[in-house]
Amino acid sequence: MPRLLTALATAAALALPTLATAQDMNPNVAARHAVMDVLAYNLGQIGGMAQGRMPYDAAVASTAANNIYHLAMLDIGPMFPEGTDNASTEGSRALPAIWSDMDGFNARWAALQTAAEAMKDAAGTDLASLQGAMGGLGGACGACHQTYRQPQ
Amino acid sequence: MLARLGTLALVLAAVGGGAFWVLTRPASLSADTLAALQSHSADPQHGEQVFWTAGCASCHTAPSVDATASTEARMVLAGGRSFVTPFGTFRAPNISPDPEAGIGTWTLEQFATAVMLGVSPEGAHYYPAFPYTTYTHATPGDIADLWAYWQMLPADPTPSAAHEVGFPFSMRRGLGLWKMLNFDPAFATPVPEDPEAARGHYLVEALGHCAECHTPRDALGGLDRSQWLAGAPNPVGEGRIPALPPQGWTAFDIAAYLETGFTPEFDTAGGEMADVVANISRIAAPDRAAIAAYLVALRASPNP
Repeated sequence: MPRLLTALATAAALALPTLATAQDMNPNVAARHAVMDVLAYNLGQIGGMAQGRMPYDAAVASTAANNIYHLAMLDIGPMFPEGTDNASTEGSRALPAIWSDMDGFNARWAALQTAAEAMKDAAGTDLASLQGAMGGLGGACGACHQTYRQPQ
Repeated sequence: MLARLGTLALVLAAVGGGAFWVLTRPASLSADTLAALQSHSADPQHGEQVFWTAGCASCHTAPSVDATASTEARMVLAGGRSFVTPFGTFRAPNISPDPEAGIGTWTLEQFATAVMLGVSPEGAHYYPAFPYTTYTHATPGDIADLWAYWQMLPADPTPSAAHEVGFPFSMRRGLGLWKMLNFDPAFATPVPEDPEAARGHYLVEALGHCAECHTPRDALGGLDRSQWLAGAPNPVGEGRIPALPPQGWTAFDIAAYLETGFTPEFDTAGGEMADVVANISRIAAPDRAAIAAYLVALRASPNP
């Protein structure tokens, strides 16, 4: 029993720094990370089918593509207030270029909306259509990360 | 006595200067390489594969050409991108076939000397922001094919911008010393026995120049080959460039990433890597698989 308690206490102590970081994270940064995580989750479904990691399923693909479309329609502007770049905010890789070139940044998000709309129409049709729309969607992600996100 | 010392100092300075002059002399291609270049029956279609693998478009397209640009846009090597490094700001020149602004008047020999030795037609050293220490490992056949493909690229009249490099790096002759330290005609890692991994080894070490960002550099900007592809600070910005292969990635994961830009977690390539994917997604699938095979085998073997 004391052993179990020690183990629990150790585990809690190890977990603490992580918890502290999550709580301390700037809420704007946490929110935009959450959007990206849900995007990645749904991209994993259609991308996995496009890459042949899993069999094509029209219903699953449609749902994931719809989710991506609705995520892309979010107004993410409020999640990117001034002063939340990678230099001033713990845990963020958002480059100052976002704020020095907000028009360019917004254009990137708009490009994602266009690509997501194309995928919404294609994903449920067949695998070839899904694969055809994948390049545009991946390109939209990559083009924004190319300019506005710091490498690891 | 004093006069004698003065003479001695003068002689030493002359000898030193002479030695510097000799040691830093720009190299020229060997007779064997020249013969191989000239006798090769050039294949522009294969040259296109060399072009995308070597990633010329990553640095030499205009700054407005991003990873989503069309193939046609990525073929316009107008130059103009800036690379901010600890040694100064380098500006990629126009290397389109334009006879005035670009390299349209060059011969195959001049092109190969530039790419494989880092020496201009005027006999000046190029700065190693141009990864000729990688390209020197390319076969003369690949370089000749690349030059044949070059003739099909569109000309662009944009003039090249000057580098902003301070003393002493502004003295190009001194790059001869840098080359003595860092210009190694030998590969960094042994050629793997498996033919697919061997092909990947060539693509990575001779054309893809992955090591230019994924291998750390010493104080003089030379690659620390003892830490081959071990990850490094970003040479042209903030953050870190990860070690290769990424932890937990299979050969399939690597090939899929190079084709689609998606990591196994469906994050996407960013920074300079977005442009790398834009190029490597345009090479033949078996070559992407070969790169993946080499990188995965690299994990199993200790660093040389």
